[in-house]
Amino acid sequence: MLSRRVIPCLDVAAGRVVKGTRFVDLTDEGDPVELASRYAAEGADEIVYLDITAAPEGRGTLLELVQRTARTVFIPLTVGGGVRSVREMRDVLRAGADKVSLNSAALGDPTLINRCAARFGRQAVVVAIDAAREDVPGDPGAAGRWIAYARGGRDRTGLDAVAWAQRAVELGAGELLVTSIDRDGTGSGYDTELLRAISQGVPVPVIASGGAAGPDDFVRAIRDGGADAVLAASIFHRRIYSIGAIKAAMAEAGLPVRMMAERAA
Amino acid sequence: MIRVAVADYGAGNLVSIARALEVVGAEPVLVRDAEALRGADALIVPGVGAAGPAMDRLRRRALVEPIRAWIAAGRPYLGICLGLQLLFDASDEDGAATLGILGGRTIKLAGAPTLPHIGWNTVEPRGAQPLFDGIAPGTAFYFVHSYVAAPDDEGVVIAEAEHGNRFPAAIARGNLLGVQFHPERSGSDGLRLLANFSAIAAGTSRPAEAVPA
Repeated sequence: MLSRRVIPCLDVAAGRVVKGTRFVDLTDEGDPVELASRYAAEGADEIVYLDITAAPEGRGTLLELVQRTARTVFIPLTVGGGVRSVREMRDVLRAGADKVSLNSAALGDPTLINRCAARFGRQAVVVAIDAAREDVPGDPGAAGRWIAYARGGRDRTGLDAVAWAQRAVELGAGELLVTSIDRDGTGSGYDTELLRAISQGVPVPVIASGGAAGPDDFVRAIRDGGADAVLAASIFHRRIYSIGAIKAAMAEAGLPVRMMAERAA
Repeated sequence: MIRVAVADYGAGNLVSIARALEVVGAEPVLVRDAEALRGADALIVPGVGAAGPAMDRLRRRALVEPIRAWIAAGRPYLGICLGLQLLFDASDEDGAATLGILGGRTIKLAGAPTLPHIGWNTVEPRGAQPLFDGIAPGTAFYFVHSYVAAPDDEGVVIAEAEHGNRFPAAIARGNLLGVQFHPERSGSDGLRLLANFSAIAAGTSRPAEAVPA
């Protein structure tokens, strides 16, 4: 049976792990490879690196980090942040990443998605969608909708996030990483309505991101939001919960998870 | 030390495979042409993506005939993901003709609740299989694919997984082995499987040599 994945996300800048609230106020949280190794040992199903600086002069540092990680940690690695071309994606995959997540560049030029999928296969192409809820003006009772943002949550595109998700999949996205800007860093739980709106309209796996505070949030993202995987950062980095504790709670709730076997030394 | 050739034809994560082989005590050699295959004890063909472009790249590197000859000689081969699928006659994904070493096609995984099939799924070996030595039935491995092998001969299937429908997770015919999942991305169980492959290769080409697990 296919497990529901628990994925620690490491926001990286200049080769270090950082974390901010709502994409700002960054603090240093350690060495990425050290953290990734710890998480793999705890049972992380995958590792995501998001290069939040994504400055062209920092690419060498990122590629070196990806290579060091791929040589140390034998679980899947997804890398995102600032990938703007097929060539840049090729470099990241060659360094040892399994998947690349596209965000702002795909919003700017959606053909990047099908060009990357044609070259590397859709299973290597993750499209990351940062979405914020907007109420309908003058009608607080209306359902509202979500708008996709570019550049780490700074630029409002005006695109409906659910429609963008469907378009991205049609173009060749093999997976969607859906972050609620409203919830990110707040500990108020994943936006399960956003997740459900997106996951019910696409065949590909959806990774929930933004707002996890405790085990119940992970369970709800999957059960209520229809997510296939749950991603979190600070609650793992700050050791509020271990990956194992989250997975145990998910198993308790009846979700299929991959538990680490007790191993003789 | 067992020398394991890894086909480097621009389709797959070679960093992880090469490093994983080192960790299990084998010596990885990336091969870009037939000449580099000399002196290898075993061959791994990795790969993700579509069959057509992969076959094109293998042809451009003039690796198709050497791979066929390698397998025809009964030498140890491990196909990973696309490297398994290429063993069959053709792929439904893009209609590409593939190596045709095993009868059957690569077909879309039918009835899957999500596609691509991405993540850790449990694998059930059929009976005792040297490739799964020391790996408990129901152990999870990492998969990432939308197509699966549909062999003419069910007898080549040595392990199954299920995502909507059951499909071959591993195949074998003598020293010809293939896994649909990615052992190089499947943590310690994946490393164990690569160590087992290395041991199979050692038993074939250098019987006296032991391979650490």
